[in-house]
Amino acid sequence: MPDLAIRVENLSKQYKIGVSQERYRTLRETLVEGVRAPLRRFSPANRLSAANGAERNRIWALRGITFDVRKGQVLGVIGRNGAGKSTLLKILSRVTDPTEGYAEIHGRVGSLLEVGTGFHPELTGRENILLNGAILGMKRTEIERKFDEIVAFSEVEQFIDTPVKRYSSGMYLRLAFAVAAHLEPEILVVDEVLAVGDAEFQRKCLGKMSDVAQEGRTVLFVSHNMSAILRLTEETIVLDKGQLVMRAPTAAAVDYYLSSGYAQTGERVWTADEIPPEAAPFRPQSLRVLNASHRVVDMVRSTEPVTVEIEYALSAPVSGLRVGVYLLTTRGEQAFTSFDTDDAELYERFATRPAGHYISRFTLPPDFLNEGRYVIGVNASTFRVKRYFIDEQALIFTVDPAGAPGMQWQEPRIGVMRPRLEWQIEAL
Amino acid sequence: MSQTTITHRSSEEILVLRPSRGWSALNLIDLWRYRELIYFLIWRDVKVRYKQTALGASWAIIQPFVTMVVFTILFGNLAKMPSDGIPYPLFSYTGLLPWGLFTKALSDAGRSMITNRSMITKVYFPRLAIPLASVLSGLVDFALAFVVLIGMILFYNYNPNLEYQVVLTPAILTLPLFLVLALITSLGVGLWLSALNVQYRDINYIIPFLTQFWLFITPIAYPASMIPEKWQLLYALNPMAGVVEGFRWALLGADTAPGPMVAVSALIAVILMVTGLYYFRRMERTFADEV
Repeated sequence: MPDLAIRVENLSKQYKIGVSQERYRTLRETLVEGVRAPLRRFSPANRLSAANGAERNRIWALRGITFDVRKGQVLGVIGRNGAGKSTLLKILSRVTDPTEGYAEIHGRVGSLLEVGTGFHPELTGRENILLNGAILGMKRTEIERKFDEIVAFSEVEQFIDTPVKRYSSGMYLRLAFAVAAHLEPEILVVDEVLAVGDAEFQRKCLGKMSDVAQEGRTVLFVSHNMSAILRLTEETIVLDKGQLVMRAPTAAAVDYYLSSGYAQTGERVWTADEIPPEAAPFRPQSLRVLNASHRVVDMVRSTEPVTVEIEYALSAPVSGLRVGVYLLTTRGEQAFTSFDTDDAELYERFATRPAGHYISRFTLPPDFLNEGRYVIGVNASTFRVKRYFIDEQALIFTVDPAGAPGMQWQEPRIGVMRPRLEWQIEAL
Repeated sequence: MSQTTITHRSSEEILVLRPSRGWSALNLIDLWRYRELIYFLIWRDVKVRYKQTALGASWAIIQPFVTMVVFTILFGNLAKMPSDGIPYPLFSYTGLLPWGLFTKALSDAGRSMITNRSMITKVYFPRLAIPLASVLSGLVDFALAFVVLIGMILFYNYNPNLEYQVVLTPAILTLPLFLVLALITSLGVGLWLSALNVQYRDINYIIPFLTQFWLFITPIAYPASMIPEKWQLLYALNPMAGVVEGFRWALLGADTAPGPMVAVSALIAVILMVTGLYYFRRMERTFADEV
């Protein structure tokens, strides 16, 4: 097939868990194992248990992934942490070997698993551009040709001869991204590099990325930022626990990803093993969506009020605690963020919350949300001090538009809101 | 990575990534493609090495020079160590030059895979570039220290109060060969240590100990002629012995050409480098996962 850029066939990668926990072996362990191994061979029972143990200490970060990417296609890759996204990109950018299967890449690959790889704090901006460019595989003449463009993009002209250790973190990132953005491979493999920096910088990076996409280059793009995925890609694959679970047009894949794994009951209960130890003294218990008649539901009507309750316990008093929600659509659009102590009076009254059992509750007014599916995320934190708990995809519910304004026209309405506005029509 | 095969079909590069097992080819073509990266890594090493030091690059001279002074006082004057008829300062400094290159390679290349961990886990390039650049960047220090040696030779030649005269013989033309031998030895040991260090951090503790031990078995403070005749070839199994003797012969015109000794040293050096290359290549595919 002449128009194929990447072909991935049954690709798998196994990691030893021990490696990530202990990071490295000592010589003594290897010597001891070397002495023990031959002895062990005499006992079949031992050998069996050793084999089981070895299997248990390994995990498949990727298992039997098969897909292909056409030339000029921009393919998104999404999945939860640990789903295997980074492993996939590492294999495709030749950082690590697959354990099974193979991948075929047609053309020159450039990979951006990180910006600023190999940056040295003692070197100046100018020197780091040359070094980083070479590390990313650019030819010296190529770097020199693009040098001015890179500097202009980074907006650090007046500090270009200053060691980067004196840069602010924003300047550092801008310079690092600027070099990376001027890579011109036929196939670009990009990890979460846009998730850094301030909003202005992110906008700029995103703009550059969509330029790249429009130039007809093949891009494999991993991100947690659903709006970036939606904006840049047309098709997306979803990874879950090392397996490819879906390949679909991006909107459908994002919807699937955001809504997969939730029982559609209208209630989310956190079990002990889902709560990280750092959350203490905050312990989330449940999150519920209630309709106008106070029943727990997974489908609410747009024309009725919707109540959301977060139930939690505090094992010790917490000062300045705010418990709140994010609401976003399964298309990845942010609707709003709200906290229980947003109100100044409540903020004063609950300046310190004593240990105990709580419910924080709010009600959305009728005629507020448009039809569609919504994801509720939960956040419990003390501003600028500590984030106790976060679950960005705690619960999902559906809004039914029956009776909402404009239903006489059978068309989907764009937007998160579906307000009933007091229109007036005057004939003049 | 390892079993990567690049084929050209209708002017398009096709890269096949598949699991690699056992011993793999050296893939030196890939290393050649990345020669600019090796150059930049050497350049970075040199640029960064003496940043924020008060004395800067003069450290490259101070280290061997002060060692030479100490050796001269302790071994030359007090212990009356023989030095093959060469003034002791010149004798020891000539040995310290390739020795400095070697020890720097031992410690820098040995740790290079760890210090460059962030690059190894994020970008592809032939991993060999890292220890290679570490070894080669030692040449800059070597060149600086060499200038001092030239000064010393001139001093001994034109000082009428000294009866010793350095006789420059055609042997000096062989000096580059001995330098290459020093580099091969350094690279061989550096490759072994760097690859082992990824898996066994014990290497970090072994390096200083190894350096000290190796100094004792290398003829720097004493002449190789002190070693009994029948043990000479065994002694030459240390490739640095051949290198140091070769340097003295080429530069100072020490009487005996180090024939069989250099041959043995060169053979061992080449074995070290070739096995080092293959071991490094074999371990390479796990570097990103284990480092």
